[in-house]
Amino acid sequence: MARLSLLIDVTKCSGCHNCFLACRDEFYGNDYTPYSAPQPLEGQFWMQIKEVERGTYPKPKLDYIPLPCLHCEEAPCVAAAADGAVYRRADGIVIIDPEKAKGQKDIVNSCPYRVIFWNKELEIPQKCTLCAHRLDEGEKQPRCVEACPTGALVFGDLDDPESEIAKLSASLDVEVYHPEYASLPTVKYVGIPKRFIAGEVVRRDVPGECAEGVKVTLEGGGVSLETLSDSYGDFEFDGLEKNTDYRVGVECDGYAPMIIEVSTQTDVDLGEIVLEPFD
Amino acid sequence: MAEKVFSSCTNSGPVSVYVKDGKIVRIRPLVVDEKDFKPWVIEAGDKKYSPPKKVTLSPYIHAERRRIYSDERIRYPMKRVDFDPNGERNPQNRGKSRYERISWDEAATLVANELTRVKETYGGSAISGITSSHHNWGIVGYKMGPFARFLNMMEGTPVLDNPDSWEGWHWGATHSYGFYWRLGMPEPYDMLGDALQNAEMIIYWSNDPDSTRGTYSGQDSALWRQWLKEKGVKMVFIDPFYNYTNAVMGGKWIVPRMGTDTALAMAIAFVWITEDIYNKDYVANRTIGFDEFKKYVLGEIDGVPKTPEWAEEECDVDARVIRTLAREWAAKRTILSGGSRGGEGGACRQAYATEWARMMVLLQAMQGLGAPGRSIWGTTMGAPNNTTHWVPAYGEPQGRISMATKVAKYVPTNPNPQRLWRLTVPEAILDPPVEWYGEGFCGQSLEQQFKHFVYPAPGCSEIKLWYRYGGSFMGTMSDTTKWVRMYQSPKLEFVVNQDIWWNSETRMADVILPACTNFERDDLGEWAAVNGYTWHASSGCNYRVVVREQKCIEPLWESKSDYEIFALIFEKMGMRDLYTDGGKTDVDWVKGFFDACDLPKLVSWEEFNAKGYHIINIEDDYKPTPGLRWFYDGRPCDTPDVGNAKRLDPEKSGELGTFSGKIEFVSESLKQYFPDDEERPVAPRYIRSWEGYGTPGLYEKYPLQLLSPHPRFSFHCHYDKHTDWLNDISVHRIKKDGHPWWPARINPEDAAERGINTHDIVRLYNDRASVLCIAVVTGRVRPGVIHSYASSAMYDPLQPGEPDSIDRGGCVSMLTPSRMLSKNVPGMTPNSCLIEIEKWEG
Repeated sequence: MARLSLLIDVTKCSGCHNCFLACRDEFYGNDYTPYSAPQPLEGQFWMQIKEVERGTYPKPKLDYIPLPCLHCEEAPCVAAAADGAVYRRADGIVIIDPEKAKGQKDIVNSCPYRVIFWNKELEIPQKCTLCAHRLDEGEKQPRCVEACPTGALVFGDLDDPESEIAKLSASLDVEVYHPEYASLPTVKYVGIPKRFIAGEVVRRDVPGECAEGVKVTLEGGGVSLETLSDSYGDFEFDGLEKNTDYRVGVECDGYAPMIIEVSTQTDVDLGEIVLEPFD
Repeated sequence: MAEKVFSSCTNSGPVSVYVKDGKIVRIRPLVVDEKDFKPWVIEAGDKKYSPPKKVTLSPYIHAERRRIYSDERIRYPMKRVDFDPNGERNPQNRGKSRYERISWDEAATLVANELTRVKETYGGSAISGITSSHHNWGIVGYKMGPFARFLNMMEGTPVLDNPDSWEGWHWGATHSYGFYWRLGMPEPYDMLGDALQNAEMIIYWSNDPDSTRGTYSGQDSALWRQWLKEKGVKMVFIDPFYNYTNAVMGGKWIVPRMGTDTALAMAIAFVWITEDIYNKDYVANRTIGFDEFKKYVLGEIDGVPKTPEWAEEECDVDARVIRTLAREWAAKRTILSGGSRGGEGGACRQAYATEWARMMVLLQAMQGLGAPGRSIWGTTMGAPNNTTHWVPAYGEPQGRISMATKVAKYVPTNPNPQRLWRLTVPEAILDPPVEWYGEGFCGQSLEQQFKHFVYPAPGCSEIKLWYRYGGSFMGTMSDTTKWVRMYQSPKLEFVVNQDIWWNSETRMADVILPACTNFERDDLGEWAAVNGYTWHASSGCNYRVVVREQKCIEPLWESKSDYEIFALIFEKMGMRDLYTDGGKTDVDWVKGFFDACDLPKLVSWEEFNAKGYHIINIEDDYKPTPGLRWFYDGRPCDTPDVGNAKRLDPEKSGELGTFSGKIEFVSESLKQYFPDDEERPVAPRYIRSWEGYGTPGLYEKYPLQLLSPHPRFSFHCHYDKHTDWLNDISVHRIKKDGHPWWPARINPEDAAERGINTHDIVRLYNDRASVLCIAVVTGRVRPGVIHSYASSAMYDPLQPGEPDSIDRGGCVSMLTPSRMLSKNVPGMTPNSCLIEIEKWEG
């Protein structure tokens, strides 16, 4: 039996919102009972796009995390529903029965990812169906995947070793979004933004030239990393833990080494790290 | 009833339209039979690059269904209640009057009578009007088709469009390297292949291709940039804003003050000259005037050497960064990506922008423009592309029902010599005379730029009747409150507005006529194709897709196709037969265009008509001809650049479109026509903006520079306001207290000084206007700059009908200056705009 799901690569997502709008086009005002009732105009975001801005001027970063239903193996919404109003299909897709779920507002808050929304008019909870109605008719992929220009959204059968999603899941650094919710989502991610520490090395006695190739080290949070400043004197360590103490070391022949203690309560831009030459 | 599927096309991609019970229920990217796709292959290194078998649209196209059925559709013909063509016209009330519904018969009669009256009283030259850009797609119904045919038959006064997206390139770069037939953009042939095979670095200078998307080509090129990123091509972005392409590509962000890009360019040239790291052979053999230019850069003319330290003061970019940028540009095979298609970008729409655009050409010339990996390429055109088969497009005479001699029996000729200049139409109406140099899009020659115009023209009338067709300038032109004043002038005896949706100029008219979308009529269109001044623009798409745009539903409410509306009006004047070329229907025209072009060689009419599309794949023996490689090599031009007249001349086929045929550091064309112009000098200069950082007398009061680029989630003034799905995208609009506000992005330093927090309502203001927006405090904007997209379709004055009213729709264009690029260059300058911003209490 197939196990259908999505793999979402945040590093490829440009935030174009094609997926959000394609989903809106598919479901707004369209009745696909028993898969889903029509989506109303307000208050439903079956594909959310979370904008994550990190860092400060002049070294900001911007990421977009597409967030559909994650079709969890231990979906809290299934557990919270009465009368089997939410069920998981054999192929892994989690469906809210638009008729049985009537009046069951608890289903909305049962989802820690908050991807279920209340339809006030119809009095039902609604969410992403992975376009099951289309897949069952023989369409190849959900609307969001069809609309995506960069391959940030990949759809397929996790259990088919020849499928793109299976191959990518095996070769990329795949992670679960909010693993602490313990709902075992089948939709997984690559590249969820973490903390970064950046800076620019400058040599006081050579102000008109960038300091390329200076060794910069990072210790802390269980890691020991090393890099070299680039042609602009810039360096960066990304993928770091939140709220963790780190020590940045800068070494360059002929200059006094520097040690800087930082803490990743936010991302850190150390700005200009000015190296003093030995006399 | 079962679902029926139709095909159609939009300004950003072809679509499949699903109709159930006479209602559109779904619009998808065009669903194509897989076997119709023959993906091209580019080999680079040990990899083969090939596009997926799909078409990708711009985001707002996915909201097209909502736009078609929008509550903002104009439903019926309307007349202003206080307008009486036989009595009081009350022009001073335009913008605040109420409207009443009238019948089509009444409307067509009224309009026909006014056209006749004005023509008989003042002559055809008293009739004028203008369209907007790209609210629809398809050549039969396109803006240049029905409207132009109508205006020509009336012998009206055409309005010349300023080359809005290309200003600096059009008026400046052309004098460095020609390409006037592309409005200053270079030829893009096979630039993708060249980049994949050769590029080591790309400098995006004033370019956000992920947002501007090659204008019409959807998002096919997003994948190309990803390939380049995965290859390890280094990316550098020069922009006052950390733009969306920068965000997804990563790379180095260099942030000069707005208005100082030319200074940065001069400093780069200084490093190359003094460190001897430029292509001296190329400069010696392919260019003229370098010595004069070199003197200026070294400071031998004005006593100011253009060192990186000098530029650091002007630009606020560290000198060491400028040095590294210059050295890497020289050492690595570097593509200069100046503007979305190469030849665009916000930096070309500001004071003295000709100088920046010229420097883009000249800098890359110093590194051997045309060499492998050394191109000017926006990253949104230049895929392998079939150029053998011609399909007409809106930009060319043969693509318009107004001018297609191959298709129309009768082609009206307009003998009226009078012209208006789009940017100064309000001045022309309110305070004539008006004069300027330049024949609009000067795509025929360099000389066209020097043609002098005066309005009113001798023997011609001032404008009495204004016919506005689609769209709105309040959010897109310059200093736009003057348009409100214009409409309220008694000089305009009659104003018609023919549009599909309620736009910001609609309520300025005396009579409103409801038109329908291309989904409600038949047409023919090719994805992204323009021809005219942008030949082979379909190379911005992975495939050439020609669409038989099929009528999906009947026109909604009482709307009619633009073509039918003009036919009705002409019927009242006894000229319907002439206008419709002997009673041609939409489909007759479509068939006519089909028969006249190369499509019958590829597909039968029956198949094309039924299937709804045809993909023109590249030939099996396709051979790439990289743009400007022939020039670098010293060979005759081998690209299929149709507009390049010299390429078929055996004597001149190795020349560029400049007077000398070479790249000109000192421009022969400017030398001949404006040798003493200090604002667009014969050799480029850095000139401080007349409304920029530190401008005396202005900067003290308004210390922030407004950056208003083309929008990310709408297209000019289209899709915004008419499809409320976009209001759920916070980059586009943010809902607060029941109103969808237009964002204004501000640096945290500037925000803190003014007590502004994210999602505060703020007033952007200067002496010209006040606009209310919603603040977004972000480190993606440099201090001293406010970023707020142009093109709001919502003009929402707190005091309707009052030109100086505060607007809360987000039309930041109201703040921008009327003053043009320079003395002899009538280009728009939205990015030379000083403002202040404050929290708005209500």
